[in-house]
Amino acid sequence: MSDKPKFAMYWAASCGGCEIAVLNINEKILDVDANFDVVFWPLAMDAKVKDVEAMPDKSILLTLFNGGMRNSDNVAMAKLMRQKSQILVSFGSCATEGCIPGLANLSSMKELFDTAYQTITTDNPQNIRPQVKTPVLEGELHIPEFFPVLRTLDEVVDVDYYMPGCPPESHQIAAVVALVVDVLHGKAALPPKGSVIGAGGSTVCDECPRTRNVKTIKKFVRVQDVEVIDPQMCLLEQGIPCNGPATRSGCGALCPKASAQCIGCYGPADDVPDFGARLMTAFSSVIDSNDPAEIDRILDTLPDPAGQFYRFNLAKSLLRAARPAWRNE
Amino acid sequence: MTDIFEPIIVGFTCNWCSYRAADAAGTGRTKYPPNIRLIRLMCSGRLDPTFVFKAFAKGADGVMVAGCHPGDCHYVEQNYKTMRRFHMMQRTLEQLGIEPGRIKLVWASAAEGNLLVKQMVGFIDEVRALGPLNWPKWQAEHGYYAEMDENPRSVGAKAMEEQA
Repeated sequence: MSDKPKFAMYWAASCGGCEIAVLNINEKILDVDANFDVVFWPLAMDAKVKDVEAMPDKSILLTLFNGGMRNSDNVAMAKLMRQKSQILVSFGSCATEGCIPGLANLSSMKELFDTAYQTITTDNPQNIRPQVKTPVLEGELHIPEFFPVLRTLDEVVDVDYYMPGCPPESHQIAAVVALVVDVLHGKAALPPKGSVIGAGGSTVCDECPRTRNVKTIKKFVRVQDVEVIDPQMCLLEQGIPCNGPATRSGCGALCPKASAQCIGCYGPADDVPDFGARLMTAFSSVIDSNDPAEIDRILDTLPDPAGQFYRFNLAKSLLRAARPAWRNE
Repeated sequence: MTDIFEPIIVGFTCNWCSYRAADAAGTGRTKYPPNIRLIRLMCSGRLDPTFVFKAFAKGADGVMVAGCHPGDCHYVEQNYKTMRRFHMMQRTLEQLGIEPGRIKLVWASAAEGNLLVKQMVGFIDEVRALGPLNWPKWQAEHGYYAEMDENPRSVGAKAMEEQA
């Protein structure tokens, strides 16, 4: 064992894109290796949970934890990593605000299980459902308990820093790695606990080069239905539902620059308590009608408002989940 | 003591019309039930949807938004923004399982105290018929605000068993 500070990365309910984003920092990954001893990172190396359990408490300097709290194993691992780490970073959108897995909070557990185990694409004639304990000849099998509502990492353990993004942009990860290396060498200080790192505080609109005029729209359109997208004009002004007005800056407005609407993966900007509510304000302001019937017709062109406003943020929104998820109705 | 469910309703009123209408109702000794808690805003257009979502998340059973009649806004046209926001909130809340009837938009001028009271009384009865919402209780049942070292509840395991 070297005496370098220790680094770990773990995933809970997530897709693995965050680890790819870390590997995507290219040659900077060598800085990670030069400055850290990577002790636990299931995607990149072989180490077992029992190895982590055997480490002294707080012996890992930095843990990047991505993924939401979908089941009891996620929670147990979050607690273990918290116990063993000095700095625990809620890394990426899933850990920070639920992200796409958090959209399951719109549905009851029954709906989720029906979809997973009893649709036309599933061969399950006896309609077998997973159980926490299953008796078999050799004894009893255990699998983690599935929670009806997905929670964020900070609902379960104390979190030191938040790093938003789905996934966090590689240049932002590289900057954070560089900062931690500087801190190790005494050249910089850590930001205050609870800070959002690797992102700006303002909105995507602030980084977006498109021209904004007074916006008035008569209908929302899906970006793939627009024949010619004006390359200079604000997307929302063209009726494309762009989430830029509420989304935290830090990505460099990548999507709007490529004529795709911002979908809000960096989460809410500073001082935005509820991402969706802020977007409702923004979208309502651009609708060009004062007639209730016409407003209704215009809103019909936005068929899935909850999906539009809470695509990444539902599990961290003020309501956190829909009634069917809470009540299993 | 009776077992009738008394809903908690948060009412957002505009300084220039509906708040004065409620005031006029009070001056005129017109009674309305204490279920509704009025909050004064400078304009119904000040109503950030965040307020409504927070009210439901913190335990409100219904939310009323009251502003000046269309065309009569003290700030020219902000109540039209309220109207659009209201439609948008209602649609989003419905997807989250909150019935459209739990949120109500009322136009009332400063002279319409009696009309506002009638609307409020009607709304309280409508929400009472819908029953309690209990959002904070549900969140607590699923481990929100729970002690961090506490073992997560077995709601999931129970729900998994029910599926067997």
